[in-house]
Amino acid sequence: MVFVDSYPKTSKLVRRQFIVAFVALGIGALFGIVQALHRTGVFRGFVSSADYYTILTGHGVLLALVFTTFFIAGLFGWAVTNSLERELPQAVAWWSFRLMLFGSVLATVAILGGVLGAPTVLGQDLSADVLFTFYAPLQAHPLFYVGAALLIVGSWGAGLAYFKSLWEWRAENPDERIPLQTFMVVTTMLMWYISTIGVAVEVVVFLIPWSLGLIDQVDPLLTRTLFWYFGHPVVYFWLMPAYLVWYTILPKLAGGRLFSDPLARVVFVLFLLLSTPVGFHHQYVDPGIPAGFKTIAMTNTMFLLLPSLLTAFTVVASVEHGARQHGATGYVSWLRELPWDKPAFTGCMLAGLMFAAGGFSGMINAGMNINYLIHNTLWVPGHFHLTVGTAFALTAMAISYWLVPQLTGKRLRRRSVAVAQPYVWFIGMALMSNAMHRAGLAGIPRRTAEPTYDEFAFQSATGSVGEMRLQIAIGGTLLFVGAAMFLFVMAETWLAHRGGTLSVNSAIPEPLSGPEHSPRLLDNYKLWTAIALALIVIAYGPPLVSMVADGITTPGSPPFPV
Amino acid sequence: MQVHSFEKVWLGAALLLIVGFIATVTYGTAGAGVKMVDDSGGEIDPEAVKSGDTGTGFDDPGVVRQNDSHYVVYVVAQQFQFVPGSGDNPIRIPADTRVTFRVTSADVMHGFSITETNINTMVIPGQVADITAKFDEPGTYGLVCHEYCGAGHHAMGGSVEVVPKSEYEYNGTEVQN
Ligand code: HEM
Ligand SMILES: [Cu+2]
Ligand SMILES: [Cu+2]
Repeated sequence: MVFVDSYPKTSKLVRRQFIVAFVALGIGALFGIVQALHRTGVFRGFVSSADYYTILTGHGVLLALVFTTFFIAGLFGWAVTNSLERELPQAVAWWSFRLMLFGSVLATVAILGGVLGAPTVLGQDLSADVLFTFYAPLQAHPLFYVGAALLIVGSWGAGLAYFKSLWEWRAENPDERIPLQTFMVVTTMLMWYISTIGVAVEVVVFLIPWSLGLIDQVDPLLTRTLFWYFGHPVVYFWLMPAYLVWYTILPKLAGGRLFSDPLARVVFVLFLLLSTPVGFHHQYVDPGIPAGFKTIAMTNTMFLLLPSLLTAFTVVASVEHGARQHGATGYVSWLRELPWDKPAFTGCMLAGLMFAAGGFSGMINAGMNINYLIHNTLWVPGHFHLTVGTAFALTAMAISYWLVPQLTGKRLRRRSVAVAQPYVWFIGMALMSNAMHRAGLAGIPRRTAEPTYDEFAFQSATGSVGEMRLQIAIGGTLLFVGAAMFLFVMAETWLAHRGGTLSVNSAIPEPLSGPEHSPRLLDNYKLWTAIALALIVIAYGPPLVSMVADGITTPGSPPFPV
Repeated sequence: MQVHSFEKVWLGAALLLIVGFIATVTYGTAGAGVKMVDDSGGEIDPEAVKSGDTGTGFDDPGVVRQNDSHYVVYVVAQQFQFVPGSGDNPIRIPADTRVTFRVTSADVMHGFSITETNINTMVIPGQVADITAKFDEPGTYGLVCHEYCGAGHHAMGGSVEVVPKSEYEYNGTEVQN
């Protein structure tokens, strides 16, 4: 049976979520190419340099928040439904979708108001070019903050639907182990609940009242700290869904089975424990935070490497097992036996490969001392286009080639375009990200419409600045082409008529080492959540107490509207 | 729980790598004496910075000589310039001398980064960033605001002129210890 026929209601919801995600991806990619051409000086005719920041805000919000959250909500809905074999609770799932959508539209309207001449809405200029990190005291229109809050609250509702599904399943299967996909979804959502508290408090307690004029100042260091309390775990909220795909679907695409179910569970529990108490590593160069707390965050961050290194092992071992099932031999030559003509497989593999590179630049970021060289330079977008921009985004696109046929009952169209698409993205990203990393080492800042200054010129140790600019522009253009190819394949598939049988199905083969080999303790969410909270109290308790000791809005800043 | 022997080896190697990283970073920060930005600069009222009545060196920002071997530079960052630093008012300091930059903001968040060096700090309203360095090489260094601070962010740069110690002329206020 095709997924859409077994679970028509959940399929419909997931299709809606994916459509929103893909629209956000399309607009975001368009903004991306505008930025890549503008900041390199190749073509500046689209927007003025002042409006560049509006476009950049749209790019960050639509891609890093809207595209990711909607895609993850859909993927998780599919995974829970598929592994528990029951439709999602419809009422809560649909309400959460509506809230998320409403919030995203509000925030997008507030941002786009900036390029439409900032018309007056509710007595304030409608604009929100505060970037997706929205640091106070730059102030956006209240609709932007309300929209962001609704997107987050909506995502909480999506999580509730997964939990409800699990509880109902539990009641019927009291002695069975939680299926791996559901285990991964639930662990990720627990992490998400814990980490979004920070941004929810920031937005609801401080920024919304402040933007409405109900309080007249906020403490910029405190709101920034609350943002980064959420700002790093959100990265794992993007990555863990990619891991879910790599652990549970990729081995099957390679023709094999997952190597070890118990270790996959351990990895996800480690993420739950370690993801949140690391946010200070984004604040290594912030004044007002004692060095000791930066060191704690650094230590936790380094241990967070462990689950990713374990993942690298398991995923490669599983894929290799798949190749050997098909008669491949040799230390390296088994790689040749893999199904490189399947776009879903190729996309996931290339995404994983780029993630390895992203991991290396991430270790540099995490180094408390070397961070001083690259903080807020172009190195940083170079890094996260490898992680969220490829490990997550390319995995999402690749697995859509596999999922969307099952969600619509329609066969994938334009297969040859789909097969080429991951390579286009890979090459584009290799160019753009490599040049961004090098430009960062030369000191060229991120988030800048025109990185040239009256007082001095940048020099680079490796290659000329002009050549780096060109590479960023070419890479960015290829990425845009890659996104367009993906959306083209999706549109053709979506609009086609049903007919014939699908070559894909949602059945997941048993792992080589199954859940029965893992201790039941792993499924004890209460215990893990309690430990996670305790680690957070250690990492965040004392600095937060000292920040609020002099009053929660002191030292305070009045708003500076954008 | 069943863990494959290859997995055990990998796990051990991964842990070793992580502990190694932590050790090198700890050595790099503590051992090599690179001083990080922390809370030693203290807090300040951003509105007082703006109106110039903090009662500190930020009211008349610039270079202040502590003694022969230590200078302090007060810098106010504001939309869209560094005072001093931007335009034809570069920061002038001697080479081979300990220099502490004390940076704060009169309005929104900015960045303060001197290119080709490790001098890099966020400039957060309400906080004073203290960062101490010694320049071996005389020359002109670029100064960049690396945090988006408004529509003119890309115009917010400046420069730092490091003058050989023997040629450095101090013409500010004498010792302010
Ligand atoms: C068509 C593909 C893409 C292109 C051409 C592109 C290009 C760029 C460029 C040039 C910047 C740097 C702007 C600056 O700092 O001045 C940037 C920033 C950024 N990009 Fe992309 N990008 C693409 C896809 C993505 C994807 C898929 C994601 C995430 C899922 C993403 C997330 C971000 C984020 C979060 C920022 C930082 C925004 C900020 O600093 O506020 N991008 N992008
Ligand atoms: Cu600035
Ligand atoms: Cu700036």
